[in-house]
Amino acid sequence: MHGITVVVETRGALTYVGRFDTEDESGVHLLNVGVHDAAAGGSRDDYVHRSAKFGVRAERPRLVVPRQDVLRIRKLADVEP
Amino acid sequence: MPYNPALVAPMREEMVRLGARELTTVADADAALGDQKGTMLVFVNSVCGCAAGNARPALRLALEHAVLPQQVVTVFAGQDVDATARARQYFAEYQPSSPSMALLRDGEVVHFVHRHQIEGRSPQSIADDLVKAFDKNFGAAV
Repeated sequence: MHGITVVVETRGALTYVGRFDTEDESGVHLLNVGVHDAAAGGSRDDYVHRSAKFGVRAERPRLVVPRQDVLRIRKLADVEP
Repeated sequence: MPYNPALVAPMREEMVRLGARELTTVADADAALGDQKGTMLVFVNSVCGCAAGNARPALRLALEHAVLPQQVVTVFAGQDVDATARARQYFAEYQPSSPSMALLRDGEVVHFVHRHQIEGRSPQSIADDLVKAFDKNFGAAV
């Protein structure tokens, strides 16, 4: 998965879209990451579909998603725009 | 800071061999994309080995198809920084990524291939999608 842009859905309101770097005991390491907070408005699905169609708006150069927060990981390329 | 020109020279040459016209300045980008008529493919080139290393061969395969854009132009992200930034202004609704490809018809983006649609895929697979996009958007019936 290294170098592949993925969608990381968490058990909470946050969704991340970024390039998968690695995974270790601290969590999933992502690069050039877009962040969506459903608690701030807008649906997770809309955000993911928009990212698939228009690309990832990278807000963070790197980020670690704690392992226990990760609900699902999938390739952004597998999302229908 | 731009890459060493010697590093990117083979990647530039690969595009030129495909018949792509390089846009290296803001003026070049404006001349090609301002008031653009007809059909065009803009290839945003990159040094990224894992993605661009497949995107360029994919374009080569796709350009063997019968239905083609009338023009192919290229900018080099991370090298021709100003030209790339200006070219991206013509498809600003799409987030910047490289490599990537924009298919234009009379100045409108009709199809976009993001980096995430290139990563981890074979050149043939990427080319197959490009060919479908050529047929759909540049075919005679369009």
